[in-house]
Amino acid sequence: MTHRGVDMVVAILIIALGGLVMYDSYQVGIGWESGPQSGYFPFYIGMLMTLASVVTVVQATVGGSTETFVDWPSFRRVLTVFVPAALFVAAIPYIGIYVAGALFIAAFMTFVGKYQVWKGLAVGAALSVVFFLIFQKWFLIQLPIGPLERALGY
Amino acid sequence: MLDALGSLLQGFEIALTWHNLLLMMLGIVLGVLIGVLPGLGGANGVAILLPLTFSMSPTSAIIMLSCIYWGALFGGAITSVLFNIPGEPWSVATTFDGHPLAKKGRAGEALTAAFTGSFFGAFVAIILITFMSPLIAKFALQFGPPEFFAVYLLAFCSFVGMSKASPFKTITSMMLGFALACVGLDSVSGNLRLTFGSNELMRGFDFLVAVIGLFGIGEILLSMEEKLSFHGGSAKLNPKVVLQTWAELPRYWVTALRSAIIGCWMGVTPGGATPASFMSYGLAKRFSRNGNNFGKGEVEGVFAPEIAAHAAGTSAMLPMLTLGIPGSPTAAVLLGGLLIWGLQPGPMLFIEQKDFVWGFIASLYISNLVGLIVVLTTVPLFAAILRIPFTVIAPIIIVICAIGAFTVANAYFDIMLMLLFGAIGYVFKKLDYPLAPLVLALVLGKSAEAAFRQAMITGDGNLLVFFSNPLVATITMLAIVMLLWPLITNAIATLRGPPNVAGVAKGE
Repeated sequence: MTHRGVDMVVAILIIALGGLVMYDSYQVGIGWESGPQSGYFPFYIGMLMTLASVVTVVQATVGGSTETFVDWPSFRRVLTVFVPAALFVAAIPYIGIYVAGALFIAAFMTFVGKYQVWKGLAVGAALSVVFFLIFQKWFLIQLPIGPLERALGY
Repeated sequence: MLDALGSLLQGFEIALTWHNLLLMMLGIVLGVLIGVLPGLGGANGVAILLPLTFSMSPTSAIIMLSCIYWGALFGGAITSVLFNIPGEPWSVATTFDGHPLAKKGRAGEALTAAFTGSFFGAFVAIILITFMSPLIAKFALQFGPPEFFAVYLLAFCSFVGMSKASPFKTITSMMLGFALACVGLDSVSGNLRLTFGSNELMRGFDFLVAVIGLFGIGEILLSMEEKLSFHGGSAKLNPKVVLQTWAELPRYWVTALRSAIIGCWMGVTPGGATPASFMSYGLAKRFSRNGNNFGKGEVEGVFAPEIAAHAAGTSAMLPMLTLGIPGSPTAAVLLGGLLIWGLQPGPMLFIEQKDFVWGFIASLYISNLVGLIVVLTTVPLFAAILRIPFTVIAPIIIVICAIGAFTVANAYFDIMLMLLFGAIGYVFKKLDYPLAPLVLALVLGKSAEAAFRQAMITGDGNLLVFFSNPLVATITMLAIVMLLWPLITNAIATLRGPPNVAGVAKGE
C-alpha cells in the first residue's frame, strides 16, 4: 500500500469516528439548558476532527507520497513482535501474567532471537520470578495470576 | 523574592530526609535505565511507575517521579553519544557532535559535557521556577473560567502553530485526545457519553494506558521495523577525563547562557524541548569560534543542545505547577499524577499545599545534583545494558508495559487497550500524526471542558465571553496568533520578496 493510501484510509476512519462522536453527542443533547448540555463539547470536537480529516484526505489525494507505506520485510518484523505480544496478552486471563510473560520472553528469544531453548526459558523464568517478588511481595500489587500460582497457595 | 527564598528553605527541610534521598537515587537510576532503553523513555516510564507510587506520600511520590524524569533526560544523552540513537526526540541534536566524539574515542568528554550541560540547564530552569512560580501563581489567582480556558486554548494553538507536522493532522490528533477524554461519565451532569453501552468504556480512557501504548509499544513496533542494532563506542569515564572536560567547559559560558535562556523560554511554551535543542545547536554553530567543526566532534556542540533540552524539560514544570498546563507529554503525565493525588495544580496549590510545592521545588535542586553524580559514576553499567540484544530486551519491555497498564485500574481491558494504542501509535508515527497533542488533550480534556462550560454559563452561551475583559481577550488573541503563526510567517516571507541572490553569492 502506498503511503498516501494508508493516509487516506486512516483519515477516512477518523472521519467515521468523528461522525460517530457527533451522532452520540447529538443523542445526549447538544443544546442549552441553563448551561451547555453534555453533548455540546464533544459534538464540536467530533466536527473539528471530521473537518480536519477531510482536509487530510484532500491533501493526500492531491499531493500524497506514493512511496510504499511499509515494505513487507519490515512489516514482517513488526508482526514478529506484535503477534506474539497479542498472544501474550490473550493468554493472561488463563495462565496469569507471570507465566504468560515468562513464555512470551522465552518464545521470543528462542524463535526470533535464535537463542537456545533452555536459555530463553531460563531468562523468562528468572525474570518472572523477579517480577513476582517485586510486585506481589514488595509492592503488594495483585496482578492477574493463573493456575500455577493458585496451586502454590497464592 | 525574599518570600520565595524563605519558602524554598522550608522546602529543603521537607525534601532532605533520608527516605526522600533514597527515593531520589532510586528514581534517577530507574530513570536513566528507562531513558536508555528503547520503548521506554520519559513519558512512558513515568506513566508505568506512577501507579507504584500511590502508596507513598504525594511529596515523596513526585520527588521520585521527577527524578525518574531527570534520569530519562540524562539517559537519552547516553544513547545519543554512544550509539547515535537519540533516546528522546530532544537528544537528536546531541548525536550530531556526540557520536563523532565517541567514535574518535573521546566518549568520556562528550558524556561529561552532556551531563554537565544538562545539570547547568536544569539548574537555571529551577532557579527560574523558584522565583517565577509564586509570581505567576499570584497572577493566576485573578483567573476565572474564561481566562483558564483561554490559557488552555493558547497551549493547544501553540502546538498547532509550532508543530512541524501538518496543522490538520495536529488538530485531528488533538481532537482525538479530547474525544477520548470525553468518554465515560460527564462530571457535570452525570450523563454517560460515548460509551455505546459498554461497561468497560464507562470508566473512560486513562491517559496512562494511552501513553504506555502510544509511546511504549508504538516505539517498540517502530524499532522492530527499522531493525535497530546497537554498535556503540566504548564508554569509560575516568575522573581525569571528567576534570579535564570541566576545565574546558567554562570557555563556552556565552553559549551556555544563551542555550539556557532558549531552553527556559521554549520549555515554558508547550512542545519546547526538541525545538529548543535544535535552535541552540544552530545558534551555537553560527556564533562559535569553532562553528565549522560542528558535526565532526566539538564538545561545544554537545554542550549547547543538552543545556537547552534540559532547561526546557525542567521549565515545562513551571506552567504545570502554576497554571495546570503541562509543557510536554511527561509533564502532562506528572500533572495527571498530581490530579490523581487530589492536588489541583494552579494558583491554589501554592496557597493550600505550600509544603508540597516547595518541598518539590527544593528537591529539584538536590535531585539535579544527585543525578549528575549518579550518572557520571554509572555510565559503563548502562552502556553494558545496551549491549543486551534487542530480541531479549523487547519482550521484557512489553511485559513491563503490560504490568504497568494493568496496575492503573486493575483492569485487564487496559492491557488490551495498550496493544490497540500501540498499533495506533505505530501507524500515527509513520503517518506523521504528532502524538504529544493527543496526550495533552487526553490529560487536559476534562479540565478544559469544565472551564469552557463554566465560561459559557457566565457568558450566557455567547462565545464573546472570551473577549470580555482585557486579560482574557489578550490571551485569546495570542492563542489565535499562535494558531495562525505559520500563515503569518509565510505572509511576511512573501512580502519581503525573494532573497538577493547576487548578494548571497558574494557575501558567503
